[in-house]
Amino acid sequence: MGKQIVQSVSADHVPEGWHKITDLPSERGASRLIMEELLDHLGIHGWSPSDIFAIHLAAEEAIVNALVHGNKLDPSKKVHVDCFVSPDTVRIQVIDEGQGFNPATVPDCTLDERLEVPSGRGVMLMRTFMTRIEYSAAGNSVLLEKIRDQT
Amino acid sequence: MATHRRIDVAKIGEITVVKFLDKKILDEANIQELGTELFGLVEHDNRKSIVLNFTGVEFLSSAALGKLITLDRKVKAAKGRMKMSNIRPEIFEVFQITKLNKVFDIRTDESEAISAF
Repeated sequence: MGKQIVQSVSADHVPEGWHKITDLPSERGASRLIMEELLDHLGIHGWSPSDIFAIHLAAEEAIVNALVHGNKLDPSKKVHVDCFVSPDTVRIQVIDEGQGFNPATVPDCTLDERLEVPSGRGVMLMRTFMTRIEYSAAGNSVLLEKIRDQT
Repeated sequence: MATHRRIDVAKIGEITVVKFLDKKILDEANIQELGTELFGLVEHDNRKSIVLNFTGVEFLSSAALGKLITLDRKVKAAKGRMKMSNIRPEIFEVFQITKLNKVFDIRTDESEAISAF
């Protein structure tokens, strides 16, 4: 499995937190290899149950998209996951080895004519539940970020 | 009657009440199996009045939403009716974000869902 890096508290520019980089095999259910640990660290860093639900859902959607749509479950390919959790920031980058896609071409699943289409909701849920999501130009990498609501 | 591994099925009069056995509906293989079991209620058992009781369900992914949408379509195509109940707030928010609360008939609890038929 991947390596774990505990960031130095003394580094001025790096916030204290949990950081893990791992490569997942392209097989169904592989997200569980990182998810339990991620959820544990969200709790340890004081994220609320509703935030943990939101981050869990967004991370799950991103990883499943990478495994299924990106790598097409090709066993020769990996999904690279880089997670950072601190008390006020969560950052998760998911990179696959597929062809990438243009997120602008994903149709709006909330249009009346698409409400009953069974697929295509993952990207919208990620956008809604996270503070920021950003795709690479190639479309095979997504960065999810959530900043804790201070209000 | 078919054997179910992902759902618990009970009959209350003419109404079929379905409960989910998984707290987290996200494993893709389980979601496939869940879909097969749910669709079988309509396609093989000819159930026309279905309540999906989400008691105990803490999490579901968009792939699970897809199965619920397909089930709803199958029920409607068979001239049946489906209602949902006992949905925790975080999951209800998912339905709101995706506007599926406009597609599904969502009730507070099982008795309200049953009396709405």
